[in-house]
Order: sequence, then structure tokens, then C-alpha cells
Amino acid sequence: MSATTPLQIDVADDPRVRAPLVLGAPDFRSITDKVAGIALGGGPRRWPLALALTVSLLLVLLGSLGELVARGTGVWGLNTTVGWAWDITGFVFWIGIGHAGTLISAILFLFRQKWRTSINRAAEAMTIFAVLSAAVYPVFHVGRVWLVYWLFPIPNQMGTWPNFKSPLLWDVFAVSTYATVSLLFWYVGLVPDLATLRDRATSRARQIIFGVLAIGWRGSHRHWLHYERAYLLLAGLSTPLVLSVHTIVSFDFAVSVIPGWHTTIFPPYFVAGAIFSGFAMVVTLMVVARRIFGLEGLVTLRHLENMNKIILATGTMVGYAYGVEFFTAWYSGNPYERFTFLNRAFGPYAWAYWTMVSCNVIFPQLFWLKRVRTSIPAMLVITILVNVGMWFERFVIVVTSLHRDYLPSSWSYFRPSLFDISTFIGTFGLFFTLCLLFVRYLPMVAISEVKGILPAADPHPRAEGHHGA
Amino acid sequence: MEPDRESPKPSAPFALMGYFLTPAEIHRACEALRDAGYRRFDAHTPFPVHGLEVAMGLRPSPLPWIVLGGGASGLATAIALSWYTQAVAYPLDIGGKPAFSYQAYVPVIFELTILFAALACFFGLWALERLPAFYHPAMKHPSFPRATDDAFFVSVEARDPRFDAGETRRLLERLGAREIEEVAP
Repeated sequence: MSATTPLQIDVADDPRVRAPLVLGAPDFRSITDKVAGIALGGGPRRWPLALALTVSLLLVLLGSLGELVARGTGVWGLNTTVGWAWDITGFVFWIGIGHAGTLISAILFLFRQKWRTSINRAAEAMTIFAVLSAAVYPVFHVGRVWLVYWLFPIPNQMGTWPNFKSPLLWDVFAVSTYATVSLLFWYVGLVPDLATLRDRATSRARQIIFGVLAIGWRGSHRHWLHYERAYLLLAGLSTPLVLSVHTIVSFDFAVSVIPGWHTTIFPPYFVAGAIFSGFAMVVTLMVVARRIFGLEGLVTLRHLENMNKIILATGTMVGYAYGVEFFTAWYSGNPYERFTFLNRAFGPYAWAYWTMVSCNVIFPQLFWLKRVRTSIPAMLVITILVNVGMWFERFVIVVTSLHRDYLPSSWSYFRPSLFDISTFIGTFGLFFTLCLLFVRYLPMVAISEVKGILPAADPHPRAEGHHGA
Repeated sequence: MEPDRESPKPSAPFALMGYFLTPAEIHRACEALRDAGYRRFDAHTPFPVHGLEVAMGLRPSPLPWIVLGGGASGLATAIALSWYTQAVAYPLDIGGKPAFSYQAYVPVIFELTILFAALACFFGLWALERLPAFYHPAMKHPSFPRATDDAFFVSVEARDPRFDAGETRRLLERLGAREIEEVAP
């Protein structure tokens, strides 16, 4: 059946047959109608309800941060032994989620993976929102948030400069560069679609807003010439950038001399984990969004299956890294390293360690089965579990390594305070509020890119037998 | 300025425009215009049509050189910044390491190189395209909103030396263009 009706099948069983990139043989107009219709239409009925919920969570974040600014970082459950806990866990968690967006928009672009076009816009948006959610933590952990500009090398009356030998300063440069470049890349991709919205908007306000945002884009091919080059260059710049960002995040730990942190496997291990968690978040969000907005023809089961395969691959890499950590601890002969890892798996935080292992290593292995990786309910559950597991991974790395100090008299056990929990929940409010505003008011599928991969977009149709230029 | 505004003489058009409904047609039309010796013409398409720059006879974009310049200036800025702040203005003795331990500055140098290159790419792109430009005569064609939807426009500018109101129109008609209209500047 698959070979005879290539436009209806979603996931090909025959490996020789490729499932189409979009379903239902749409023409250019119908893609415009579908995507622009969402951004310009009235929106789903329950959208205001969902927004009310996420804005409430956002208010929880603002309240928690207000408390922190008023009373100081002591409102978190940190103590002298565990000086870093949910804050850095939340920071790494959100930064990691962002990485999938850049991977989809840049790395898959360089590899000419055309299936990325249906999901790259939403994934890039998710990157920016995740980086913003991550930025909440370092910005507010400085305590006196009005002095946060001290992180940057700015001349000042004290004649001091930040220490460039510190991984925490590298982080400042990496994350701010990442946020900036992601935003530029996203906006460049949006401009042609904003012009589409401008040309189809009927209300005066939208015509003006989209008109300004589209900066007068008129689809000129003399413009597309530079534009395509710029897109390729930005993809080429983003690729090493995204790998460097999580590498540098891992340096926050690896450059220190804490047992359990001081390992050379951290950079690749962190990058794989970041892609793993980010893809899981993209799948979770896209499964919900395609259903609500009726985008099953553009974000097909094939897209989701491909992402699940990447989750399986990166999940296996993460599992391998967990194993290598234990091997290194044993092989190093260092008693502190050995103690740390035995303590991780069997100490007071064993519950967190085994939650991490089951969510990250065991459940994603179910994606070996085609029936599981093409089942919407199964992938929804597994991808949510992956993000739970990845949060625990960072928690395990941070807290288990710290809570057993070199000096047994300073051993302790970290318990989160109410404000640890409310701040973390609140960052979900920030993230999902931005996601909801994005899917409602901006084109969540890259209209011009999807048109470009339709069979009808080929200027030399096979039937004519044109040999090309 | 005054006499110009008052004189009712018909002003010269900016361009002759028409549109096609398939990428194959716009590709053929651009090839035909190029081969007929036209230089000042443009295509307006909802997505970049593969190979159209060859059909239009356009030269490659100089953007990569701008980005290379941006990256080089980022590299130089970062080296200068780390050297001045760490070795000259505020040297800190950390573990006896030399003040200019450049190995430790690689992350910052790398990030600033990428940042400057990306900013050069972003601003260089819009500068090459002369955007933002909220007005362009091509936008006057009554069906032009379809250029961002499903129509593939061609516009032949009147200042092209080969332009002739009648002959150019006949060429576009022969190529199958729809709604061929003159647009005022």
C-alpha cells in the first residue's frame, strides 16, 4: 500500500519508500492559509484559559523573585556545604532544553535534513524562551540583582575587571552570545513569514505591527540571494556555538576540583544530554500543538518519529556517559572519586539517582520499537519522563557531589525551601506563557521554507525532462 | 519641487510587472529576460526558487566577506579585551598563573568571534538589501500581496536600457505573465 499511495502514508514501513514531508498534497496557498490562519484567526477557544493558567505561574515566579530580592538568597534552601542546588539545576535544565532548537535549525540545516522545516520555527522559539527561563537563575542568584551588570567587563570607578580565568565568566559570554545569536537567527527566519502575515492581515493594528516587523520584505530575488547566504552563515555560526555553550556550562563543574565534577567526559556528555532533553521538550510541545491547531499534515508522524530516534540515540549516549563515569571513578584509583559515585548510587540521594537512570536510560529504550515511537500517547509519556530524568541528572550531579564534603563534619543533606520550588515552577510559567503567545500570534511553522520543499516548488519538474542549468 | 508637483504630465512608470503561478514559469521568464539582454529586472517570490539567481544572471552575494570581517574583528577585540583587562589593568595572581594565560581566555575569545560574526551577518544582510524600506514601487501592483503567498512576480524596470513599454509587454505576454501592469514610482 505504501508504494501506490505515497501522499497518504505517514510513516513508511518499507525502508525504500520515504514518507512525504507534508501530507495531503497541499499547494502554496493552502500552506499560507493554514499557518497564517492560525496567527491571524481568533485562536482556539481554550487558549485564554491556558494563558490565564501560565500567567498565574508567571506571577508565582515574580512573587518568588520579589521575595528573594527583598530578603536575599537565604530564602533558598542552600547551606554552607550545598551552596548550589536547584538554582544551577534549573539553569542547566533550561539551557539544555534550548539546545534542541538550535540543533534543528542549524545542524540539521547543514546536513540538508529537509524534514526540519516543519518544526524548526517552533523549536527555535522554544530555544529563546528556554534561554530566558535559564537566565532568571544566574541573574537572581547574584542576590543584589541591580548589580548584575558587574558580570560584564565594563569600566568602573573601582578599577576592577571580571576574572577571565573563571568558568563562570565564560558562561556569561557563552549564554549571552547564545541568546543573541538565537534571536537573530530566529528573526531572520521570521521576516518572510511576517511579510506574509502583513499582506494577509485585515485589521489595521496587525497590518502596522507586522508591517514594521517585516521591515518591508517584498520577496525580491535579489534579496533572497543574500538571505539564503545569510541563513547558511548563521547556521554555520550557530553550530559550533551551540556545542560550545553546553561545553562551557559543563566547565562550570569540570574545571573545579570537586569529585564527581572534575572529569573530561563532561563536555560531550552535557551536549548529548542537552540535545536529549531539548528534543524531548520539542516532541512534548509539538504533539500538543499539532493536535490543537490541526497541523497533523505539516508536522507529521514522520517528523515525530525522527525526533524520537534522536532521543533514543542521545539517551543511549547519556546512558553510556553514566557508565563511563563509574568506570573512571574505579579506574582512577582515587578514593574520593570512588566514594562519590558509590554514594550517588547507594547514598542518601539514591532515590534521585535511580529516578534519573530509569527516566533517561531505561524508558527511552522503548523507542527501539516502531510501535512505541509512532504512538502519540507513548511518546508524550516518555518525553515528559525524559525531562523529569534530565532535571534529576543535573540535581544528582550538583547536589550529590557537594553534600559529602572532603570534611565529614560538614556533610549535610539539601532540602529545597518553598521558594526553591516556587521559583522553579514559576520558570515554567514564564516559558509556557511565551510559548502560548508565540503559537497564537506568530507563524509557528516556517511558511516560506515549507513551500520550498513541496514537489511543486521545483522549477524543473521531472516530467519536462529539463536537465537544469 | 513646486513646479514638479503641479505639472500634470504623465510620469514615467517605475516598472512593468506581471506574475506567474509556478516556479517553472518564473524560471523560464527570467532566463528569457536575461537572454533578451535585460539587466534591471527582479523576481518577487514567496520562497527562494532554486536556481533563479542563475536564470537572472545575478552575481554571488558578498555577504561571506562581511561575516569574515565581523569574525576577525571579534577575534581581535576579544584578544585585546582579555589582554588589557587581565594583564594590564587588573592582573590577578591566581595559582601563580601568568597574567596573560591565553589558554583560559579561549572560551571568551571564541564566543566574541561568533557574536561579532553573527552581528555582521545580521546587519550586513539588511544593509545589502537596503532594508528596512517600508515603501517600494513594486508593492503598487494590485495583486502584489500574493507575492508572499502563491504568485511569482517579475518586474522589469523602466530604466533598463532595453526597456520599451510595448515590446517588453509583448515579451511578458508571450511568456504567459498575468495581470501585466505598469507601476508608478
